[in-house]
Amino acid sequence: MRPMKTSLVAGLVILALLLAVPPLLKNYGVYLFSYWLVFVIANMGLNLTVGYAGQKSLGHAAFFGIGAYSVAILMKAGFSFWLGLPVAALGCFVVGLGLGFPALRVQTIYLAFATLGFNTAIWLVMRNEEWLTGGTFGINNVGRLGFFGLSLDGNLAYYYFVLGVALVMGALLWKLLASPWGKAFTALRDNPIRAESLGVNVQAYTLLSFAIGAAYAGVAGALFASLVQFVEPAPFAVGASIMMYLMVVVGGPGYFFGPLLGSAVGVLLPEWLRFAQAWYLFVFGVAVVLLMLWLPDGLLSIPDRLKARRQARAASAARAAAAQAIGAQT
Amino acid sequence: MSAALLKVTGLKKSYGAIRAVDGVGFEVMPGEIFGVIGPNGSGKTTMFNSVLGQITPDAGSIELDGRDITGLSPLELNRRGVGRTFQTLQVFGKMSVRDNLIVAAQEHHGSMFSRMFAPGDSGLGAKADALIDQFRIRHVADKKAGELSYGQQKLVDIAMAFMSDPALVLLDEPCAGVNPSLVGGIGSLLKELNRGTGEAQQKRRSFIVIEHNMDFVMDLCHRIMVMVEGTVMAIGTPAEIRANRQVLDAYLGS
Repeated sequence: MRPMKTSLVAGLVILALLLAVPPLLKNYGVYLFSYWLVFVIANMGLNLTVGYAGQKSLGHAAFFGIGAYSVAILMKAGFSFWLGLPVAALGCFVVGLGLGFPALRVQTIYLAFATLGFNTAIWLVMRNEEWLTGGTFGINNVGRLGFFGLSLDGNLAYYYFVLGVALVMGALLWKLLASPWGKAFTALRDNPIRAESLGVNVQAYTLLSFAIGAAYAGVAGALFASLVQFVEPAPFAVGASIMMYLMVVVGGPGYFFGPLLGSAVGVLLPEWLRFAQAWYLFVFGVAVVLLMLWLPDGLLSIPDRLKARRQARAASAARAAAAQAIGAQT
Repeated sequence: MSAALLKVTGLKKSYGAIRAVDGVGFEVMPGEIFGVIGPNGSGKTTMFNSVLGQITPDAGSIELDGRDITGLSPLELNRRGVGRTFQTLQVFGKMSVRDNLIVAAQEHHGSMFSRMFAPGDSGLGAKADALIDQFRIRHVADKKAGELSYGQQKLVDIAMAFMSDPALVLLDEPCAGVNPSLVGGIGSLLKELNRGTGEAQQKRRSFIVIEHNMDFVMDLCHRIMVMVEGTVMAIGTPAEIRANRQVLDAYLGS
């Protein structure tokens, strides 16, 4: 029960900060916070696919893009955002299910390349099918939505809307992971052969880990389109998928709050490093290399590591005490 | 004699020119502990994996309770009440011991959809606790399985195979790498589980056990099959096997 309670307290503290801090920021700061939360939502999905279910996917930005284009195209055609959002989520769920099929045959680096190829194919559609996507010029003037008569045109209002969606998506994921599905995904990641011998339908869970992860990217993409109000192919290229994977790994794959931290490193850190100007990419790159060397399980593995070290120290102290006691007797 | 629980007939499996299993047939009775011994490379594991759906045999049939199960996947076999352990440790290292046991049976409860809304322990907490007590691993129940000693992990590994109340459990070298004091413990646990006694009282169940530890096999098994070069050399009670001249020459030695 302890880790659950710690998570709850941590969650409440983070939520309080997320509610209180942005009004104190300038317009660009608020925009950045929204941008970050959009990536948090997308990476929650990728964390399910990669972190919990262990499927190495390098195609997540494609789903992010499908979500963004769905909303942009539908809103340009005069439909509401509220139609675009479920279309984006559902569309990504279905396409994600399809991308899961290679994972039934190949794993690890081979699966990564298969998903990478998928990302490239989707990106080419975005760039080349001008009649639908506007090609390299993209789709501009994507509108903001209304929310029960409230305008979300202002950056702060839109930020709170994104925060609300992030909370709902986070709660849904929390509930899913706390159900038997969470254990089934972890079993699939740790040892698929044993899992199958225990009755876990490995194929179904593999497909669904992709589909649900993709749906999260779809929702994030929908919010992204309305946030930046301009959709073009560049943010959905293979590089973006790699960046998202990096964010999940840096935060801590398989840790619920990993995407929160990982996305901050991926989205906010480069902004804070702007003072370094031309050096910022270098600093960022070195930071990532060092992080992977010392913390291959991500930032959120630090508490676990400290705990393990404390236990080891306590155990050796107990051994030393026992040895001394025996020595005193003889 | 009652009808066999498992009936294997004319099982064959070749890898290229090597006949790993060449016409193996045997029956396992309800409630029986059936041992399989033989030198390395005699086809024990290939036979095991054919029965368990891990590989498809070239010929032969496998019947469970009178129904043909040849070529069914491990998943389908598990749903029909066949459990197994592996030669090497196969626990879920990052899950707690209790969660390892729960995940070992949760897929037998409800549909995939209903499990999305089920409580985290699928109502299996009490059952997991009973097995935890029976296997004497209470003190590590909340630890991650990957952090336990080899022997403790082996116990978790075996316990997992019993969570879903299987009628037949195939155990591939349950004593491999286990220290001698624990070997006896595993033996008595398996006897309890075979009789359906102990903390986690369940029904009687049958085992097929592959094992190289002769004292263990002779003490535990009701009948033993000796495999040599992919064929059956002898099937009999431990006393019969010990007295079999051919087996002594080929495998047990002087």
